[in-house]
Amino acid sequence: MLEIKNLHASIGDKKILDGLTLTVKKGEVAAIMGPNGSGKSTLSYVISGREDYTVTQGEVLLDGVNLLDMDASERANAGVFLAFQYPLEIPGVATMTFLKAAMNAHARANGQSELQTPDFMRRVREAAQKLGVSQDMLKRPLNVGFSGGEKKRMEILQMALLQPKLGILDETDSGLDIDALRVVSEGVNALRAPDRAFLVITHYQRLLDYIKPDTVHVMARGRIVKTGGPELALELEKSGYKDYVGEAA
Amino acid sequence: MTLQRTSAEAALAADYAARRPVLFGATKMRDDAMARFLEAGLPNRRVEEWHYTDLRARMNEAAPLRSADAAAIGAARERLTSLELGEAIVVVMLDGEFNLGLSSIGARPQGVEIGSLATALLDPANADLIAPPGLGEADSIVSLNAAFVQGGAFIRIPANMRVERPIALVNLLSGGPRHAAYTRSFIELGVGASATVWEISENSGGETQANDALVIKLGDLAECDHIAQVHHRGEKSIAVHTLLATMGRSARFDSFALVKDTGFVRRQMFARLEREESHIGLRGLSLLRGEEHADTTLVIDHAAGHCESREFYRTILDGSATGVFQGKVCVRQGAQKTDGGMKSQALMLSDDATMYNKPELEIFADDVVCGHGATVGQLDDNQIFYLQSRGLSRAEAQSMLLQAFAQEALDHIADETLRERFASEAHAWLSMRSKA
Ligand SMILES: Nc1ncnc2c1ncn2[C@@H]1O[C@H](COP(=O)(O)OP(=O)(O)OP(=O)(O)O)[C@@H](O)[C@H]1O
Ligand SMILES: [Mg+2]
Repeated sequence: MLEIKNLHASIGDKKILDGLTLTVKKGEVAAIMGPNGSGKSTLSYVISGREDYTVTQGEVLLDGVNLLDMDASERANAGVFLAFQYPLEIPGVATMTFLKAAMNAHARANGQSELQTPDFMRRVREAAQKLGVSQDMLKRPLNVGFSGGEKKRMEILQMALLQPKLGILDETDSGLDIDALRVVSEGVNALRAPDRAFLVITHYQRLLDYIKPDTVHVMARGRIVKTGGPELALELEKSGYKDYVGEAA
Repeated sequence: MTLQRTSAEAALAADYAARRPVLFGATKMRDDAMARFLEAGLPNRRVEEWHYTDLRARMNEAAPLRSADAAAIGAARERLTSLELGEAIVVVMLDGEFNLGLSSIGARPQGVEIGSLATALLDPANADLIAPPGLGEADSIVSLNAAFVQGGAFIRIPANMRVERPIALVNLLSGGPRHAAYTRSFIELGVGASATVWEISENSGGETQANDALVIKLGDLAECDHIAQVHHRGEKSIAVHTLLATMGRSARFDSFALVKDTGFVRRQMFARLEREESHIGLRGLSLLRGEEHADTTLVIDHAAGHCESREFYRTILDGSATGVFQGKVCVRQGAQKTDGGMKSQALMLSDDATMYNKPELEIFADDVVCGHGATVGQLDDNQIFYLQSRGLSRAEAQSMLLQAFAQEALDHIADETLRERFASEAHAWLSMRSKA
């Protein structure tokens, strides 16, 4: 489903991704772990089309289609969803207005007609209930004044409504309390499907206890340096990244 | 010290001499005002308060006054219909003159006095009311208005009366050849009275020169919501608006102005909080593009303590438009416990646009809380990316953020119908932009 080949990306003069190669199959949950600053968020931005980064080499294919030729909105409508490490506050934009605009953009891009309001309301209400997103939050401007955990829930709510092919979760577990971690993980697990893949970026095994990965990849210095099964995450928990960062010197 | 007069100033002097015999009443007020005007001349860059809005340079020639003819009245009637003023009590000034035929004041509550300024000034005592001493007197454009005023509304709301329907003051300028119009209206709200005043000021395009003044006197405990809509099209049009407000004890005045599709406008508001516990809120949204120039200048005089003032202005600038915000809050020595807060925020959509922000505090009391903030910025790329990453196109994302920026200002309009009306006008302006 997702094929990243020899990806190089930089911002200004700073090279961040340095020949990254990664394949994620349909239905797969791939965990990415790695030290701070190794480029995990950058990878998620480059896949989803943030313009600050310059891709100097490589390919990113989603179902064989080159994402790098598209802008961020086209990629979103092609099925890429990024749950941000730090979701943005958008003052003045009502959450419901935003959700409707996003869902309609997807509908249009997929040649479907726009949603009727009652249908839209029902879908939002159902998804919100599952994720413990309150009606009060839905009435406020998007993410404004939300707690860290509330913002993360809102990200997963959006993912549930937009039903992407590829969901990228960038440290979704950070800022969540123990109960919220379980609720949000259940939300993600409910979305697992044979034709949907996930890239789960995290620092902690805790999240992977809930969202069980099929593969675990270690990222360091802008590339994937080791790939393994779920047991790799447990090893890292014990031994840390010293075996991987050491090579940098 | 007399400066060399510009040709516009010379024409105004000659015009005044010629018209003096036919202008209605208040001759002393007019003569005094004209003397002050001639002393100062047209406001220009060397006058601190007008530094960014050089009217002398803009006004190459003084346009003549004109009385509306039958065709102009017919066009005005059509325009009034399309304005959809609903239930409002409507007072119309056309080309500077009060026009009873176009007005509809039948729905005014009993006891509310609504009439023409010219008639009111037959009683000399009323002349003092329409030019409150010490308020805007030093401003030469206010003087020019007092000298030339052709007509206006004179409205008095008795004590404790709540006027439910909005009172619409409509200042219209007809099309055709270049002309000028001067109006001054007066509204007094007696003790504990309340009203919504909806001021609409527009031309029909062309080279018009409008100089309007509104004098509002709020008695103790009176409450007034003021909504202003300024719409003077034409690259060579000039519109100058002055609001002069005095406020009694525990009075409330909240004003909102929408400026758009206006070639060149100066809105200036002088307010004096004369007694304790009053509240004034001045807010607005200006949408500027092309070569447009819009200036909002405020002078708030806290003459008594325990009062609150709030100013909140947002400006969106596109093309090579110019925006000016000047806000001066003066707190006099005895005005302890003053609570003042002022904000001006501008969003630049083009590198060629210019915004001048000049907030000023002059505080002579020691126990006050006053703050101000002025920002000039652009749309946030991170926010745009966030919205795009949810499938909105770049243009949709920008438009959504612009709407939000405008909406946060519009949310201050208390009246729901007017709020929605203004929101749809702002929406239309913004969507025209995203199509362009
Ligand atoms: N806009 C930027 N300008 C300069 N450097 C940047 C920028 N964005 C990222 N970097 C740098 O790129 C490197 C990778 O950052 P990135 O955020 O991708 O790391 P990360 O793996 O997600 O880290 P963390 O685990 O702390 O979230 C860091 O050294 C960071 O400082
Ligand atoms: Mg990160």
